[in-house]
Amino acid sequence: MSLAAALKSAWSKPLLHALCLLPLLLLVFGLFADSLGANPVETLTHETGQWALRLLLVTLAMTPLQQWSGIAAWVRFRRMLGLYAFFYVVCHFSIWLVFDHSLDLAAMLEDIVERPYITLGFSALLLLIPLAATSTRAMIRRLGRRWKSLHRLVYAITALAVLHFLWLVKADYLEAGIYAIIATTLLLFRLQPVRRLASRTSAPTR
Amino acid sequence: MIRIKRRWELPAREVTPEPIYRQRRKFIRAGAIGALAMTPGAKALASIQIDEYRKGAITLDDKLTDEEDATSYNNFYEFGTDKEDPKRNSQRFDTDDWTIQVGGECARPGTYALEDLVKPHPIEERIYRLRCVEAWSMVIPWLGVPLASVLKAFEPNANAKYVAFRTLHDPERMPGQRRAVITWPYREGLTIAEAMHPLTLLGVGMYGKTMPNQNGAPIRLVVPWKYGFKSIKSIVGIEFTEQQPQTSWNMMQPGEYGFYSNVNPEVDHPRWSQKRERRIGEFFKRETLMFNGYGEEVAELYDDIDLRVNF
Repeated sequence: MSLAAALKSAWSKPLLHALCLLPLLLLVFGLFADSLGANPVETLTHETGQWALRLLLVTLAMTPLQQWSGIAAWVRFRRMLGLYAFFYVVCHFSIWLVFDHSLDLAAMLEDIVERPYITLGFSALLLLIPLAATSTRAMIRRLGRRWKSLHRLVYAITALAVLHFLWLVKADYLEAGIYAIIATTLLLFRLQPVRRLASRTSAPTR
Repeated sequence: MIRIKRRWELPAREVTPEPIYRQRRKFIRAGAIGALAMTPGAKALASIQIDEYRKGAITLDDKLTDEEDATSYNNFYEFGTDKEDPKRNSQRFDTDDWTIQVGGECARPGTYALEDLVKPHPIEERIYRLRCVEAWSMVIPWLGVPLASVLKAFEPNANAKYVAFRTLHDPERMPGQRRAVITWPYREGLTIAEAMHPLTLLGVGMYGKTMPNQNGAPIRLVVPWKYGFKSIKSIVGIEFTEQQPQTSWNMMQPGEYGFYSNVNPEVDHPRWSQKRERRIGEFFKRETLMFNGYGEEVAELYDDIDLRVNF
């Protein structure tokens, strides 16, 4: 089966659902098996945050993949991946609210206002809400042209998420730096000249 | 609490006295090189043999941190920047024949064998809280000797206003040093009054055993009222100075890590709050105590300075 056919097949989406849920299942399993290390709350916070960022980047990779490979089916997964990114952001935020702030909303707000890296992370979460809310077919139809402009917010959200990560690093920037480089590459691809250059160097086979 | 213990498997170390299993490991290692190398009594087995110690010299009501947690969740960048790295990357770290260079404003500078520094003093067990600047904490039963009694033997003079400490710098043995994450070697320092304070400990062990490599073997500082990074590990240099010495985190981020770095819930790290902490083994955070709960003993050291300025 060709890649294009595989991407379009009936089992591609269920498989992707399973893949996207796997990190969560492993974390829940790890929590009960006491295998998340000495500081399980920290592990849960970091892992859900990183999966949110990874899924955001994978979402952003779908359009470039479509253009490079010439296979239109890549874009079928964009909404689903974006929604999973949102799902992991909500997990990330909820763990922080429950275990770091014991659901104390005043303390949470103080942190959001006073800590720039938290301000950035929280802004990313807020900006994702309208995107998740307008991800249905009906909303796409209703918003028409405006839907596309609205969903360009994802570029800003990605930048916020990467900065949120970079800003809390104590000394070792390697890991956060790798995310920053991938994110920058994917965002640069949105610029017309870069995209034109990329499509010229790889001749698509349709 | 949703925490299911799965620790029914009794590790060998719990049924074997430590000197014996250490010897066993040593034997296995020696055997790999060649059985001839194993001549009995040729060399001390470990740098520090802890035969006996004064149990419970200083105790706490707080529940001890699980030993497994305290030895597998460490900040020791010399062996990697992830919390699990030090344990993973320090297992073959050899601390035999450890020496410490002593210098500066004192009458007895020189290079001392570790044993010679520690042996004259009775080893005490002291249970201290450890508060990391990253807002987590532990409760650890240390074994060690008061730093003051070791320092006095070097006869510091009147110019000795500070004590500077240095960690081993050897990228061959400390793989984390192959990347310039910080400016090696790791440096720390105390005022002479802090160094001579009876709570300040030179740690050589924990949980009744020799110091694990990942926790700063063979000898480290333990200053319980300061953030954990002040308690420098694997010390090879001690220098008495007149000027305030440079300290690693302060060199890197002077706005975030001060020379004093006393645990202080009123003074936040610029990027995060220090009001609360997560005790390892607990899920929710608890209030952080001024001077990590040692205010009664140490607050007077800071009567004359503004702790907001000198954080």
